[in-house]
Amino acid sequence: MSGAAAWADAVQALALFAADPAGLGGVAVRAGAGPVRDRFLALLQALLPEGAPVRRLPLYAADDRLLGGLDLAATLQAGRPVAQKGLLAEADGGVVVLAMAERIEPGTAARLCAVLDERVVTLQRDGLSGVLPARFGVVALDEGADDDEKPPASLMDRLAFHVDLTGVALRDVDPSGVTDPGPAVAAVRAGVVDVAADDGSAAEALCGAALALGIDSLRAPLFALRAAQVAAWLDGRGAVDADDLGLAARLVLAPRATRFPAPEDAEPPADPEPPPPQEDESPLDPETIPDQPLADVVLDAVKAALPADLLARLAEAAGGRGQVRTPGRAGQAKASVKRGRPIGTRQGEPKGGARLHLLETLKAAAPWQMLRRRAPASGRFEVRRDDFRIIRFKQRIGTTTVFAVDASGSAAMHRLGEAKGAVELLLADCYVRRDQVALLAFRGQGATVLLPPTASLLRAKRSLAGLPGGGPTPLAAGIEAALALAISVRRTGRTPVITLLTDARANIARDGSGGRPRAEAEALEAARGVRAAGLAALLVDTSPRPNPFARRLADEMGARYVPLPYADASALSRAVRAAAAA
Amino acid sequence: MARPVFPFAAIVGQEDMKLAMLVAAVDRGIGGVLVFGDRGTGKSTTVRALAALLPPMKAIEGCRYHCDPALPDTWCMDCVAATGKRKTVMVPVPVVDLPLGATEDRVVGALDLERALTGSKVFEPGLLARANRGFLYIDEVNLLEDHLVDLLLDVAASGENVVEREGLSVRHPARFVLIGSGNPEEGELRPQLIDRFGVSVDVRTPGDLPTRIDVIRRRDTFERDPVAFVETWKKAQDKVRRRVIDARGRLASVEVADSALERAARLCMALGTDGLRGELTLIRAARAVAALDGDKAVGDAHLRRVAPMVLGHRLRRNPLDEAVASTRVTRAVEELFGA
Repeated sequence: MSGAAAWADAVQALALFAADPAGLGGVAVRAGAGPVRDRFLALLQALLPEGAPVRRLPLYAADDRLLGGLDLAATLQAGRPVAQKGLLAEADGGVVVLAMAERIEPGTAARLCAVLDERVVTLQRDGLSGVLPARFGVVALDEGADDDEKPPASLMDRLAFHVDLTGVALRDVDPSGVTDPGPAVAAVRAGVVDVAADDGSAAEALCGAALALGIDSLRAPLFALRAAQVAAWLDGRGAVDADDLGLAARLVLAPRATRFPAPEDAEPPADPEPPPPQEDESPLDPETIPDQPLADVVLDAVKAALPADLLARLAEAAGGRGQVRTPGRAGQAKASVKRGRPIGTRQGEPKGGARLHLLETLKAAAPWQMLRRRAPASGRFEVRRDDFRIIRFKQRIGTTTVFAVDASGSAAMHRLGEAKGAVELLLADCYVRRDQVALLAFRGQGATVLLPPTASLLRAKRSLAGLPGGGPTPLAAGIEAALALAISVRRTGRTPVITLLTDARANIARDGSGGRPRAEAEALEAARGVRAAGLAALLVDTSPRPNPFARRLADEMGARYVPLPYADASALSRAVRAAAAA
Repeated sequence: MARPVFPFAAIVGQEDMKLAMLVAAVDRGIGGVLVFGDRGTGKSTTVRALAALLPPMKAIEGCRYHCDPALPDTWCMDCVAATGKRKTVMVPVPVVDLPLGATEDRVVGALDLERALTGSKVFEPGLLARANRGFLYIDEVNLLEDHLVDLLLDVAASGENVVEREGLSVRHPARFVLIGSGNPEEGELRPQLIDRFGVSVDVRTPGDLPTRIDVIRRRDTFERDPVAFVETWKKAQDKVRRRVIDARGRLASVEVADSALERAARLCMALGTDGLRGELTLIRAARAVAALDGDKAVGDAHLRRVAPMVLGHRLRRNPLDEAVASTRVTRAVEELFGA
């Protein structure tokens, strides 16, 4: 899709969203910060009615700001609890703009999702309880650089539109914006989209299209239907027609597609402008797709809008990454662990970084007020040192095991299968200890992170299962990639452990030139980096018989050396445990 | 809230999840329901629908824990201490939401700050008090803070909430059915927590087109005019409610023959589930299903229907085993009972 076409779609999505923010859930916008995105946000502001709140949700919003809580200043002044609305309740009737949505913590995302589902904030905090209306839409600004970095799937599922502006240049942006559809918008917002009830064909067409595109969640066709209805209404029509459905499918369904509707179409539209060729006679499985013209219209609209790199991603999946349904969320590991999770309060003084819990302090002081108020006229609320309550945090210093697996030809020939088995055993062990795991493989020219740190071991296993083998051994690149990943893990406050599975037959240098001596020298250099960083490491030698160079490498890394004996993967599991404990 | 709830009877498919809810509604002692599965499968919708389905219950008027007038053993301290005749009122069965971000003081109850600021020490009951005799629903249970989970497990097991904080010393009944839902992709649930649930169901997005269309259509009709939609489904809804009420009445008289007990024991042995809890729950759930079906005795058919949801999550876990546990159970059932 050309930049201009992408922008035109984005504007259309925005117009629909602005008409019914709560009904359509939101828009996820993938774009770096820049003039195009600014333009997009300005347009949103222009489309929203006067006075509609737009609240920016910072990445690490605490619960009291997010959901609401006690307003301490006001409480102390008034002498009775005064509630303070959270950001989500403040956004009622408007829009929440989520900055850096790809880095949002799972907990924050879950809170946001709950409010999106219920359209109210259920507040049970700080002695306050209540239900506050919160009908809003979300604009999630996704600055993710690659496919692994994107907002949590649970949130994406609840946003009708997924817009990608990365390919849009400023010259593609039509400065005229959109025409104001006028009073129709007001009607939509008032909740009276009086579009004729669906006779069933619209739902059928959208469901069929969703299924053909491999979209599991039922929210997608629901949103598409809603989008079609809003589109019809804004256009001043009383019924949804094929164009509305096509638009809805293009905007809602196409970005969610996980497969092409049919093998015959497994070719990205070469030229974005004309509609794709129509000669496909039976492109769809007749059992799942009703043979109806309406459904075809919907699918055609989708095909025209399918992202060009879908094929590339599909090829990757076919090439063995397996059924990685969602890539690991980079946010998981980046959750602020430095201060840990609050787990209650205790008596103590707010010094040395300890944080005072004001509410609990007040509660502790409250029962004594009658006694303390010796001069009854003073009326001052007296807090003494014994009353101070500080927040206890539980520092969860979890371990993240970074698996670096040598998938080169030499290793594959020998025992890639066994190495995989060993990793699986180790994964089971990680499950018991509730560790996180990350997985990277190196072969050919370099190393790839298959799985960023995640707690979902099932996902780790899936990405491992499809790991292909072959090619030369870029050992230095593998070690360096593992080191970089481990250091980024350490930055999040977790403890990284590197587990390197290789036969240590390095034969390709960093610059891609062959030759063992140079490759080995580079590998040793990279290994010294691991030792310098002071990381716990384990080297599992997967060669048929122990390789002296692997041992040397382990020594340079400061790693434990474990030759992998045939058919004894459990010994390996014990070795990792020992390395992690060290 | 003014927004009507999507009727239980109108939920398309998801038979396992619905059955699990009904079983818990008939026999509260089943020990909680865990619903794990894909996004957008109507987990929350079903739980909320259950709230609207349940028939109202009798409670002592003015009691903050809505004690049951018929069961003095379970009364709270206030009700025990009260003298004179107390009125009985009909109240809806509480289905209490435990939202993420809830603070501990609101969950267990704490000093009433407003009154405390004026100098009196009064206990302000929390969500556990409100959920007494009802259901406590935790969406995204796998994301709940660990210290809250610990607390909930403790209370759910003992049926009593003990509050010792801020100079308060309060205990009150908190017998609730825990309903948890979540998505495994957001993170695994702690094994200790899984064990506490009596039944656990996996929900999946329906894959066949007609069902999916049905879901979309009903949802759309509901969103357009919730009131009219609820009215259309009133009859069907009443029928389900009637079924629950009848089943409750019948529950005690459903016969569990020795042969059924043996069947259950064999099944558990074949699957190697630890402990007796699986067997007990299996029998209880089968009995509830028999009661729901209007059958006089527990038979193989009932055991078969509940076995996956009762035993699936009790199997020795291999976290990397992608095969859904329930298929293992189904296989064992087929071997034992014949396909």
